[in-house]
Amino acid sequence: MSGSCGCKGCPPGDDKKIKDAEYTIALAGNANVGKSVTFNQLTGVDQIIGNWPGKTVERAEGLLQYKGHRIRVIDLPGIYSFSTYSLEELVSRDYIALEHPDAVVNVIDASALERNLFFTIQLLELAPPLLISVNQIDLAEKKGISVDTEKLSRLLGVPVIPTIAIKGKGIDTLTAGILDLAERRPVPPVLKYGKEVEERIGKLVPRIEPLALPYPVRFTAIKLLERDPSLVKLVQAQDPGIVSAADALAAEIEAIHGESVCVVMSAERYNVADRIVAEVITVKAPEDGIPKKSLTDRLDQVALHPFFGYLAVFLVIGGLLVWTFVVGARISDLLQSLLSQIQPYEPVITGSLARILWNGAFSGLVAGITLVIPYVLPFYLLLAVMEDSGYLTRIAVMLDRGMHKLGLHGKAVIPLILGYGCNVPACFSCRIMESPKQKLLAAFLVTLIPCTARTVVILGLVGHFVGIWWALGLYAFDILLIILVGRIAYRVVPGESVGLIMEMPDYHVPSASVVLKQTWARTKSLIWFVFPAYIVGSALIQVFYAVGLLTPVNNLLAPITVLWLGLPVVVGITLIFGIVRKELTILTLAVLFGTTNFALFLTPVQLIVIALVSMLYIPCLSVIIVLASEFGWKRSLEISLVEVVMAIGIGGIAFRLLSLVMG
Amino acid sequence: MAQEQVEEYLEAIYDIAGTDGAAKTTAIAKCLKVAPASVTEALQSLAEKNLVNYEPYRGASLTGEGKKIAETIKRRHRLLEVFLADVLHINRAKVHDEACRMEHTISEDTENALCRMLNAPARCPHGSPILPCAKGVGSCSECDAVTGSGLPFPEEIRSAAIIPVTDLEPHQKGTIAFIRGDCRVVQRLSDLGLTLGTAVSVTRKAPLNGPVEVSVRRTKLAIDHAIAENIFVDATQGDRA
Repeated sequence: MSGSCGCKGCPPGDDKKIKDAEYTIALAGNANVGKSVTFNQLTGVDQIIGNWPGKTVERAEGLLQYKGHRIRVIDLPGIYSFSTYSLEELVSRDYIALEHPDAVVNVIDASALERNLFFTIQLLELAPPLLISVNQIDLAEKKGISVDTEKLSRLLGVPVIPTIAIKGKGIDTLTAGILDLAERRPVPPVLKYGKEVEERIGKLVPRIEPLALPYPVRFTAIKLLERDPSLVKLVQAQDPGIVSAADALAAEIEAIHGESVCVVMSAERYNVADRIVAEVITVKAPEDGIPKKSLTDRLDQVALHPFFGYLAVFLVIGGLLVWTFVVGARISDLLQSLLSQIQPYEPVITGSLARILWNGAFSGLVAGITLVIPYVLPFYLLLAVMEDSGYLTRIAVMLDRGMHKLGLHGKAVIPLILGYGCNVPACFSCRIMESPKQKLLAAFLVTLIPCTARTVVILGLVGHFVGIWWALGLYAFDILLIILVGRIAYRVVPGESVGLIMEMPDYHVPSASVVLKQTWARTKSLIWFVFPAYIVGSALIQVFYAVGLLTPVNNLLAPITVLWLGLPVVVGITLIFGIVRKELTILTLAVLFGTTNFALFLTPVQLIVIALVSMLYIPCLSVIIVLASEFGWKRSLEISLVEVVMAIGIGGIAFRLLSLVMG
Repeated sequence: MAQEQVEEYLEAIYDIAGTDGAAKTTAIAKCLKVAPASVTEALQSLAEKNLVNYEPYRGASLTGEGKKIAETIKRRHRLLEVFLADVLHINRAKVHDEACRMEHTISEDTENALCRMLNAPARCPHGSPILPCAKGVGSCSECDAVTGSGLPFPEEIRSAAIIPVTDLEPHQKGTIAFIRGDCRVVQRLSDLGLTLGTAVSVTRKAPLNGPVEVSVRRTKLAIDHAIAENIFVDATQGDRA
């Protein structure tokens, strides 16, 4: 797949290349440096977004066509280092070391060179054919920072190209540079660390050279000194003597510095980075000597203000939800009437099996379309705009304290807010949490967030027939319940919680391509998980209907529905159907009663209880599948069971309390 | 119960009760990393010695006698920390544990001598206040007169004001002196540019002990308050930006 020129050490200028060679290159770099924008600029619309094989880490790849060459571009996850062993870091490291891409493009932020070069230096340890794109040079200039890219190139010994990816500037030069690099595959020079460290690397290198290892020798030596678990294991199998020698050398370094060897190595790399940066940048002092307040500083004075900050969070999230549902409801009605002209929308329960199945499948498709296009898509679009602008990180900071009480931290607001759109992408986005415990806790709480389908039920039953304040009351109750359940789960679920450490990027105008891509990545998971579940599930339910299982099931559930929840016996089946898709509860009710005027058959208390139970019991089939794929079936079923019991319990109590209050 | 154990318990109760009034058995168990059952047993024995007031289910508080011992140990602990860090130049992240072991063995004379040598420091390297001694003297020279020692004090031993980054005023600068905490957290922080000797400043502190916004190497990081409390900076050159 990659590497037409297999010889890694080909001298430059060696022109033995095949005309229509296919190359594979990778983009690597920190988060928030414009890597995604660069990726979009290089590949256009030809993108595949999926997972790394066997890993819960997103993988994006696209095709770059240039001068008749077809170049595959892999967008590696945005990371800061190779040393904390997160999944993203391991995926990136092993991709570069083991898959030998023909070129690695390191996108770095001109405004934060030190931290970006810290990562570049680690990339150089892996010695791939490397090229650096210094991005956002315009933003750096605005801050009075100018970067001498030619000098940077000389000091690092690799090509450096200045770009403003968002405006497409420098992308042509970058593309030419990529092709040149992929054709030549030069090995970048070695950057030396301090004497104490270099001496010890030097002692290990000759011992590692004879081994057959997939990683570069110098990189292996450094990682052995850092006691990297996977490298230690690999070398241990071939020559345990080297591992113990490296361990002893590491202990020497620790004795000299009084710090763990990994921290010493980070400091060494920063030393190199600082030295380079001092030579390549010029910082212009502001004219009047007083640093001007940047736009970010001024916006943050409001966004992070002890009072206005919280007000802003409330208004923004509230506005986002209200806007989505006000506009969404109109589009949804429109779509539904459009689609019902193609095919009658009422369930068919007589006639041939094929017709029944088709009708069920079609209604599932309609339901999917009328939920996703009007509600979820605009919601995620706006959310992506907020995310790319940098405001979402401010919400995370403001709500960090509250999230602590749930064993989470500020970053968890992202999956929780996503949950109001659809729980499926929200569960996927719990990957941003650091510890396994926090991932699980966040996903559990996400499944208690009323998604658009549940909102349709709440607004359709309670908002319409009982009153909008009762509907909003259900939302408020849901938030209180999440806090309560979250606090309990925090204590019950084993594992550790880590505190927030998050970069605060400057605000900027969102990039259309990044926003669209992010929206698509999230909506796509709906199409893969939700649509099939909707279509297959709806078809099955139709059959269920047709073969007359309705009454037996209702009777079976009667003790719960009638005695405990105080609902009519026919509601039993609607709750079963709701497992497939939540808004099916309301549709089935309409069919069973033969009208959409539910007030004729149900009391206000019953309407509230149905909405409440629908809001809380099991997310839905698609979410159960996603939870299983992220956390395993055991966890998925545990969460489902807890929620069913909780929903029924709370529903019954609500029935009794509300009956007292509302008569 | 060994004397060292008694002192450890009194110290733990002193720390916990300082914020809550009474120290609950579970909190003491967590602090000392022992089983709650052994705590109950120990508290009963301490109550017999009249060092604590112990009520089952409510917890323990120190008696006057207990408090005196706890305060002495605390003072010795923090003096030792200053000594280890500033005179012996031992890594600041390690001085706490070291002082924990030494605090039970030194005599009152050593304690006084340390205090004089260090020029009666006000705070330990981690920023906690050091209680003044109980001798009722106003200065070190009075102390000399009382204890009869005429040794000169080494000047300028304490060069630095090492404080947690959370104690920096907004826009005050400091350089990283050391970071305590879980090694993975320390690793992440140093990967993000918080290496020893790096200049940092606090841009903003979120309300209610929320995250602290720290500027480092031209980037801004939001750091959990509890993590930030363990990032210690030297604020002596702290000119306001």
